[in-house]
Amino acid sequence: MKELLQQVINGLSLGSIYALIALGYTMVYGIINLINFAHGDIYMVGAYVGFAVTTSLHLGFFPSLVISMVVCSILGVIIEKVAYKPIRGSSRIAALITAISVSLFLEYGMMYFVKAETRTFPNVLGKNSLKLLDGSVVIDYKNIYIVAITIILMVALQYIIRRTKAGKAMRAVSLDREAAQLMGVNVDRTISYTFAIGSALAGAAGVLVGVYYTTINPLMGIVPGLKAFIAAVIGGIGVIPGAVFGGLFLGMIETMVSAYGGSLYKDAVAFAILILVLLLRPSGLLGRNIKEKV
Amino acid sequence: MPVLRVSNLSMSFGGIKALSNINLEVERGEIIGLIGPNGAGKTTFFNLLTGIYSPTEGEIEYNLKKRGTSKNIKPHKIIGYGISRTFQNIRLFKNMTVLENVLIGFHNNFRYGLGASVLRLPFFYKNEKEAYIEAMNLLSIFSLSDKADEFAGNLPYGEQRKLEIARALAAEPQLLLLDEPAAGMNPRETQELMELIKWIKDRFNLTIILIEHDMSLVMNVCKRIFVFDYGILIAQGTPQEIQNNPAVIKAYLGGE
Amino acid sequence: MNTNLFRRRNILSLFIIVFLYIAVQLMSNLGIIDSYIMLNLIIIGINIILAVSLNLITGFTGQFSLGHAAFMSIGAYASAIATTKLEQPFIVGILMAAVSAAVAGVIIGIPTLRLKGDYLAIATLGFGEIVRIIGLNVDYVGGATGLNDIPQYTNWTWIYFMVIATVLIIKNFINSYHGRACIAIKEDEIAAEAMGVNTTYYKVLAFTIGALFAGIAGALYANYFYFIKPDSFGFMKSIDILVIVVFGGMGSILGSIAGAVVLSIISAFLQSIPELRMVVYAVILFLIMVYRPNGLLGKFDLKDLKLFRKGGKVNAGIKGE
Repeated sequence: MKELLQQVINGLSLGSIYALIALGYTMVYGIINLINFAHGDIYMVGAYVGFAVTTSLHLGFFPSLVISMVVCSILGVIIEKVAYKPIRGSSRIAALITAISVSLFLEYGMMYFVKAETRTFPNVLGKNSLKLLDGSVVIDYKNIYIVAITIILMVALQYIIRRTKAGKAMRAVSLDREAAQLMGVNVDRTISYTFAIGSALAGAAGVLVGVYYTTINPLMGIVPGLKAFIAAVIGGIGVIPGAVFGGLFLGMIETMVSAYGGSLYKDAVAFAILILVLLLRPSGLLGRNIKEKV
Repeated sequence: MPVLRVSNLSMSFGGIKALSNINLEVERGEIIGLIGPNGAGKTTFFNLLTGIYSPTEGEIEYNLKKRGTSKNIKPHKIIGYGISRTFQNIRLFKNMTVLENVLIGFHNNFRYGLGASVLRLPFFYKNEKEAYIEAMNLLSIFSLSDKADEFAGNLPYGEQRKLEIARALAAEPQLLLLDEPAAGMNPRETQELMELIKWIKDRFNLTIILIEHDMSLVMNVCKRIFVFDYGILIAQGTPQEIQNNPAVIKAYLGGE
Repeated sequence: MNTNLFRRRNILSLFIIVFLYIAVQLMSNLGIIDSYIMLNLIIIGINIILAVSLNLITGFTGQFSLGHAAFMSIGAYASAIATTKLEQPFIVGILMAAVSAAVAGVIIGIPTLRLKGDYLAIATLGFGEIVRIIGLNVDYVGGATGLNDIPQYTNWTWIYFMVIATVLIIKNFINSYHGRACIAIKEDEIAAEAMGVNTTYYKVLAFTIGALFAGIAGALYANYFYFIKPDSFGFMKSIDILVIVVFGGMGSILGSIAGAVVLSIISAFLQSIPELRMVVYAVILFLIMVYRPNGLLGKFDLKDLKLFRKGGKVNAGIKGE
């Protein structure tokens, strides 16, 4: 029981990180129907920015979090303008290949500059932890920070999407781009906003992962990127609460699989879930089924 | 014995009824016009006939090359039952040549196996040659033979419509479904097309159902007309009967 | 139909094929082609087989696969087991590779090919990763350290004739009604179905044939490099193959061959700086998608080569001869 509680806490932390990245996938997919393969790599860049800010500028956790979010959102907008805008009219396959190319560019471009080796993220949150139930359940402050920051960011995101003009424009564009344009929504700018917000969340996730796992490398974005994508699919891609649900769900499953002896297979389990969901409920657990019009 | 019998056919998409309780019969050799305002369910009806959707309720019985019902039909088997169609929004294989498009129509008539195609056995050449000759014949009926090697996507609009009919005919159907074959054509092209449709009907011994908006054309070509409105078959009969049918007039002109 | 014409064309191509084989073999014997150049010729050959087979799936049939390396891996392991553990001759290894990869193709293809576009891509990626992870965890095949001491059977003769066989078989398949059905599926699945094409069958068929040849490429790889491990056939390898196909042109066999040659040479030059190689790949992919989405050669293919097209118009029914 105590073991289970411990694993739930770990799963919640991992799931929060997946959820943060998954949100970016889902927002971008919702608005331009593109699986932004480079999203996982934006998260990697976020981790490196956090690393640079904490080691070179000796800033604390919160400033580095903010700086990383800002840098990533700028990066996201640049990627959208430079890479995705020119191929907006092309086929889905062309768009996906372009996204893969951006992903490779970020991964190996980064590797070229910072070299392939793994770096250790400074411990900016201290080593304190909460001990519950006579010390048999240990909650690291890191876990609390991660979950709390995730919640704060999600509330902020909900506010932006529900209450602000930009958020309403995003919702309009994702429902019907042409109609939104006719109603005077600036589609280009709305797409940029979407990339900016999604990338900022990925940047935050990057710093959180750096803090949580303490190591970073240029290819660190690939696997969590894929996992977050799986999370988005599980929840129903394009559905914002779905991404959160999917992230937490996947985080929990993975933690449980690892905890109960299947750690070697935890990635395989994630992919198996992905394939099952795609086959049985392609619109995700929280999505709606849409029939193709002939 | 009717070639097509539709009983109590209904189709709904997530609670919205596209067709409700359609009952009709089509006899061999008829040219039937299917008319009705936009959104009346005409194309949905075609999609049901060709197995793209399976009906929510009711049944379609075919009595053409093979007998069949809507229950056991998959889209790719529909040709085997003797039904072939064109599409409202032209679905040609745009990056294949005109000839190749027609050859896809012959798909079920090819007999050589994988081995014969990979090893280029004599049977392969024989079969391909026969298909080639038939395809070219078909193209010449539609005056497309000199464009056989062009990409279908590069043809002008009117010729794309014709090519789609040629492709549908290649499958040797007994029932041909034409979804707005004259859409986007000018009056002269439309007139020519209608003459052509009448001619191929006799030449290939076809039963034809065609969806069309141009009333004069439907009245001129079709012997019998079905009128759909809001997914309901509101009238059927000869062109004269339909022209004087108050329900039809109301559906088209509105008002009480 | 002029049968003499085929005969003459076939004799000409046969002559070129044999000439090229003998020329390289001679130069290799004389030491003009050293072991480094031979290594690269072998790599080019393997890449041609991989690219042409993926092109059948993705370029011709329009089914976007990001898991092609998984089939290569299955073939590599099958052949390694056959030649190392079971001590069978190479031909048995190749056959086992082909069969096991093809079987895997059927098993993976039937459920996943119901998906479309991006979803299919992600599902195949997922399957590729699952295959890799299983490889990492099965002790019989060495787990993460992989299999060692695989006999080196692959040589110029094997590579060359396997490449020729792959290209000819896939080309002949494409230029038959089976192949036309595959292309029709890519062009418009609903129309293809309405014309009587059993789309599920043809998608799985193309996927299986593609997997089969990827398996053969894996066998050639395993029995050249002595050593294989699951991580050699990960997602990145699938991307590598995809880059060749996209670079050469989706739906162009000639493009895949040219792409394999050009990109293999580029990566040989960038061997010492692998990061830069991937950056270059990324830029190539991007520029092609923006400026030449049909690839370097686009719709231009073997059948458009003068060599294969003597005298006037080609009769489309027998195009490609």
